[in-house]
Amino acid sequence: MVSTREQLEAWATVLTQVREFFKARAVLEVQTPLLMREGVTAPHLHQFIVSSFEHSEQAGFLQTSPEYAMKALLANGSGSIFQICKAFRAHESGRLHHPEFMMLEWYRVGFGLTQLMNEVTELIQEVLGTCRVECISYREAFLDHLSVDPFDASDAQLTKCIQTYIEGAPSLSQDRNAQLELLFSHAIQPKLGDGSLCFVTDFPLTQAALAKRSLHDPQCAARFECFVDGVELANGYDELNDPTELLARFAADNQQRLDLGIPEAPLPNRLLDAMKSGLPACAGVALGLDRLLMLKMGWPAIKGLC
Amino acid sequence: MKYSTNEFKSGLKILLDGDPYSIVSNEFVKPGKGQAFNRVKIRNLKNGRTIEKTFKSGESVEGADVIEVEMQYLYGDGEEFIFMNPSTFEQISASKAAVEDAILWIKEQDICTMVIWNDIPLSVETPQFVELTVTKCDPGVKGNTVSGGSKPATLETGAEVQVPLFIEEGEVLKINTQTASYESRVKN
Repeated sequence: MVSTREQLEAWATVLTQVREFFKARAVLEVQTPLLMREGVTAPHLHQFIVSSFEHSEQAGFLQTSPEYAMKALLANGSGSIFQICKAFRAHESGRLHHPEFMMLEWYRVGFGLTQLMNEVTELIQEVLGTCRVECISYREAFLDHLSVDPFDASDAQLTKCIQTYIEGAPSLSQDRNAQLELLFSHAIQPKLGDGSLCFVTDFPLTQAALAKRSLHDPQCAARFECFVDGVELANGYDELNDPTELLARFAADNQQRLDLGIPEAPLPNRLLDAMKSGLPACAGVALGLDRLLMLKMGWPAIKGLC
Repeated sequence: MKYSTNEFKSGLKILLDGDPYSIVSNEFVKPGKGQAFNRVKIRNLKNGRTIEKTFKSGESVEGADVIEVEMQYLYGDGEEFIFMNPSTFEQISASKAAVEDAILWIKEQDICTMVIWNDIPLSVETPQFVELTVTKCDPGVKGNTVSGGSKPATLETGAEVQVPLFIEEGEVLKINTQTASYESRVKN
């Protein structure tokens, strides 16, 4: 498969649009290494390991996202930054997933989540055109579409909900988060952003990743995702900057890895050091450029450059 | 033989709850930081019904021993229908359920595609077009080639189709088996 002239021009146009967007806002473009010495602890992200052809000992990992490297820059006083780069996730392949894909990730020092969501809206509308914008909470999304409260419902109630709404679902009764993710991805997400840009906010704290705890709801994380036509386009956080909490998140990740039967990951020291030296208050977001372009061009699947 | 979800594709034959299924479509579903799933539409090859199912990514399923073979129709008695593999000359008996769509369009000696699971015929497919002789219909009206009207006609297999008014008994017709309709006359 080789990219056509039309695909090359579509990519060139969107990359230029993104750069002009950030230039107008005085956000600095950065390029951090793709080859990382340290891996990530997230249990469901599968990293490609890198070693040389001649010697099999591991030299590093291909990045699953530029998050850790960009946070090191932020801790070192970079100010607001953006990056357009390849990210690599093994075992992810389908209409909306390629193991190698193009990520747009940016961090705004001093922004709150609402301010960042507004900027995400501006960027997406720059590329896709103006459209209606909605904002609902994770809880509201579940109540509206499935009449179940994702925080208060018992595990048994979630299982029943799965049986009602998802034909042929796998058994996930041991893992509440997996049940919520199954319900969200199968029974809620396809209906989000139907002809609109839909933000979902206030994710459960168990799905916080590296977002801070929410200030207004102790059960929630300061995290949002945004969807257009059922496609997950972006994932944003009010970024965690407490090194003690970070250690606790890594420990929880590693416990989950053990529960899933995969080996524990070593602690990402570079990120820990960055946080200890002081990550400024900031909000950051990762956006899938392949998916954004797919929506703009009306393609049936993502088409990376090749 | 087992297949992992990352080998899933349209047409793959798998065994589920004791029944053979063919994968119709396969979608990889993965929330950003969450567990990955494969959402599939699968068609039960015994009863023809399509259902949806979600597998956890990385799960394995049993493959189903399903093959598609060219078979020649020999004869039938309304309940059992005998086919022969033209390469091996082996004969196999298919049930009424297995032939029910195809039997309207096949005559003895015709070759069709048979789906077989564990040596049991599940279904028979005919080609999209077949040529069959009209065994019974009302007389044709001479000169009426532009009519637009139609009349019923019985074909040599017993199937009934609507045909143009000018068609006579004994004529050979090209029939579209998918729409069960008259396509054209066959000129000898």
